Order: sequence, then C-alpha cells, then structure tokens
Amino acid sequence: MTAAAACSASELLAVIASRQLRDDTTVFAGVGVPLLAAALARQRHAPRLTMVIEGGIVGPEIAPGLLPISTNEMRAGRRATMLPGITDAFLLAQRGFVDVGFMGGAQIDRFGNINTSAIGGDYWKPKVRLPGTGGANDIASLCREVIIVTAHEKRRFVPRVDFVTSPAWLDGDGSRQRAGLLFGGVSRVVTTLGILGFDPVTRRMRIEATHPGVDVATVRENTGFELGVAPEVTVTELPSDDELAALRALDPERRFLG
Amino acid sequence: VKPAEYDFVAARRRLEAKAKSAAEKLTTVEDAVARVKDGDHVAVGGCLFSRTPMALVREMLRQRRTGLTLTRNLMCTEGEFLMVSGSVERVVTAWMSIGLPWGVSKILRHYVESGTVALEEWSHLALGLRFRAGAMGVPFLPALTMLGSDLVAVGGMKTIEDPYSGQTLAAVPALFPDVAILHVHRADRFGNCQIDGYPHMDADIARAAGTVLVTAEEIIPEEETRRYPERTVIPGFAVDALAHVPFGSFPHECYALYEADYDHFGEYTAAIDARGPAAVADYLDRYAFGPPTFADYLDLFGGARLAEQQKKARELTR
Repeated sequence: MTAAAACSASELLAVIASRQLRDDTTVFAGVGVPLLAAALARQRHAPRLTMVIEGGIVGPEIAPGLLPISTNEMRAGRRATMLPGITDAFLLAQRGFVDVGFMGGAQIDRFGNINTSAIGGDYWKPKVRLPGTGGANDIASLCREVIIVTAHEKRRFVPRVDFVTSPAWLDGDGSRQRAGLLFGGVSRVVTTLGILGFDPVTRRMRIEATHPGVDVATVRENTGFELGVAPEVTVTELPSDDELAALRALDPERRFLG
Repeated sequence: VKPAEYDFVAARRRLEAKAKSAAEKLTTVEDAVARVKDGDHVAVGGCLFSRTPMALVREMLRQRRTGLTLTRNLMCTEGEFLMVSGSVERVVTAWMSIGLPWGVSKILRHYVESGTVALEEWSHLALGLRFRAGAMGVPFLPALTMLGSDLVAVGGMKTIEDPYSGQTLAAVPALFPDVAILHVHRADRFGNCQIDGYPHMDADIARAAGTVLVTAEEIIPEEETRRYPERTVIPGFAVDALAHVPFGSFPHECYALYEADYDHFGEYTAAIDARGPAAVADYLDRYAFGPPTFADYLDLFGGARLAEQQKKARELTR
C-alpha cells in the first residue's frame, strides 16, 4: 500500500506532512501524526515554527519520548512559551495568527469535508458514534490554510460524508464563503499514496502528487469518488534516512508511528 | 439548545437574588454535592483527563442524582461513569473518549447509538464561547466558527448578520449551567481560587454557573491570597461550597502535582473491551460506592502509585 517499503505508513505520512510546513510560520497541530510532523519540521527545516495546541498551549518543545497522548496534558505543554487556555488559543486562530491547521479525519469527501461525529443512521441514534469534533471544526474554520493527513483507503474517501463535522469547501463553487467562512479552507490532503489538492474553481479534490512507485490509477482505485488530476502531477521524494531517524527518535515507544 | 440555558435575563436575576458572601465556604464534599438537584445542568471543569473534579463526580454518583445534563468541553471517564450509573440524560460536549491509545469509547457508543443518552455536539471553541458569553452575562457571542457544518443543526445554533458589514456570523449562545463542579490547585477558606498551568475553561464556567462547587488540592491562608491577588482566577463570592481534597482529580492529572494514571486507564478499558458497560458498573462498585471516604478511595490506588505519579509530574514540569 505504501510507497516506501523501508518505512511504515505513519512514518511516511509524518515525514511528507512535515515538509509542508514552512519556517517563520505557526501551526495548529492535533496529537498523533500531525504533532509528530510539526515537531519534526521544527527540528529540521523550520526552527522558527511555533506550534499552537488545542489544550491552550503556545510554543511547546515536544521532547523525544515524551509525546503527549492528549492536547491538554502536561507533556503537550512542555517548555511552552504561553498557556492562554483553550478558548483563547482558538481565538488566536480566529484573529488570523495561525497559518496552518494540521488534522486527521475518519471520513473525507470530494470537497475535503471531514466527518468525525457519526456514521450511518440518524445523528441522535447513529449506527456508529465517533468521538466528535474536538477542535477540528474550529481548526478547519479558522486557520489560514488546513492540511489533512490521513491513510488512503477507499472506505475513508467517500463522495459525501454522512455528517459535516469539519467544513472544507462544503459543496464547492464558493459555498464555503457563502456560509460565512471567509477565511482558510483545505489546501492539501497528504495520504499514504500521494498528495491531493483541490481545483481552484470547482473545489473538487484532485491528484497533485504521487509517492514513488504509486501511479495515478492506483490512487483513483483507492478513492470512493471520481478524483480529478492536476495539470501537472509530481512525484514526492521518499523519506530520507535522516528524516526517519529524527522522527523515530521522537517516538521511541512507537506510540503513534505504529 | 434549551432557552433556559441562554436566558441571560433570568440568569442575571438569579445571581442578583443570591448572596455574594465573602464568608467561609469550607465544607465537606458530601455537603457541597447536596446542592446538586435531580435534572440539573452540571458543567464540569478541567478538560479530558486534566483537572477533572473526580471527588465531586464520585460524590454525585454516591448521592444517586438522576436526569442530569452534563456539559464538558472534552468528556472522559467521568462521563462514562455518569452514563452507566443512569445519572445523565444528555451530554453536551465537543469530544468524548479517553485518548488515541484507548480507541473510541465503547460506553459512548453503547449509550448514544442506542439513543439512551442524547449527545449534543458543539465545537471546542463554541463551547468555550458559550461559557464565556455566560461569564460575560450576554445572550450570545459572534464568532467565525462552526458555520456551514452539520453541527449547527445539532445544537440549534443561529447565525446573525453583522450590522456593520452585513457578513454572516455564528451567534454562539450563552450557557448558564445550574451547577459548576471544579477542581483547583489552591483556595483560601473564602473560596478565592488559584489554578496553575492549564487554565482550561474553569474561570468562565464559575462565572456562568448558578451554583459553584470547588475542591482544592490545598487550602491556603487568607494572607497568601492577599499577597498574590493576581493569582486568584475565581473570586470567593462566586463560590458556594469548597472542600479540601488532595488528589481530588485522581486518576486524572493535576498540572505539576501528579500525572494521570495511564496504566489504570488501560486496565479500565481492557475490562470494558471484555465485558462492556457491566465492567464500568463493577468499577463504580469498587471505586465510587464501596469506599466511604475519598481517602479510602485513594487507598485502592495505594501510596506508592500516588507518589510515583507525583514524581512524574515534577519531572514533566521542571
């Protein structure tokens, strides 16, 4: 399934995701692979990247081997520069201080909308109840740009999510703006097969890059809706030995790297 | 949304009618929780497994409250306990489970998928703004979040047109809970409260609620409050009852004092994996209904375990 035999799916996702982050920016990162990716970027090419964490934390320095399990426990705020509280951390994003929001997702549709609430049945009596939005809806609504990081599986990539927990482009064609979401939106979806983007006009998802050894047909076969293709599809670079070593040092217990 | 939850006029009148006393607030956990009535809307301080008012939750279980609405930004084991005990009808939250390593809560799934408990989902910021609007005494706050999502219909949130620009904004309704239950690091006997580390939403919740019940790790002399007044985040006149409960969040964490007991979470969820909600009922017999006092409850974990979690917290916040 993954492009590189030498690394796990989570490692591939974390490394490719970390490369999306630029120096001198800010990132809202959730626990797990997104936080690992942000910590890795900070160690390697983006030393002046500031992390903002949902538990009400600004500027933590995540220590190797001490990865947080939740966004509001002591490990998440290690060596932070500020603990403003949850509401005020999100308000920093509403004001426009947060460049990138990094998030995962259980179910994602052709406009990038994410469902982490309920699958099947009625909302009040669903077939499968999921944990819920947490801060994902806020990150998707308020950051300047959102990058989704997820395994590429047909069952996850559905034509229309059962429930829009976190809005991306809604129904495309300017519907996000019309709903009052004036800023941001999902720019990229980093998956185990490649990098997806969105057509600038229709806002439908399309293939922008594939990982080495993965072809466009494979990406399409593993997607539950018709995936467009960008005018130019590039090929990503596999994680380097240096990147993998730094990443593995961050999570020696392999709590999130699998 | 129920109108009573955002009725800022009624909430203001209730507060005006109440004594804002600077008198002694120290009492027992039992006496504090006696103020919670069946059917109340109870807001829980802390966040997930951080600074959960576990001693107050345990006492609510012991006093067998029913028909509660329980609101917390991120809901953890305390929500599972109150679901299994039959205390709660409706849960208002942004997220519920323990954390990634333990998977999706099977208790959440059992009670919500069967329709036994209604889960009203708001975004994390929206819940924070609901408490803040309540703390400010206004009926709603304009915001740029939750718009366009299916969460809008779940909670019944309305939108508003900005009178200046004409833009559509979320009108996040205030939440005035009947009762707030909070755990803090320090308080003096008059209820002036200090919190270290993560403030979470406690200060807003205390201002929004009609009745405020607090447990504190430490009771400090009045002189210490007066020496460092900038540390007081909840004024004593907002607090109705205060109890001194060291390790009052355990097995959840209290910033810089003790780390959450992850092994305990593992044993707890393993039992649920094997036996479903019955495992939680047994857990409640052992930890909530069995031990008469909170000290007896802590003895089940043992002094060595508590000391170990204190050591970890010191290392993490050094």
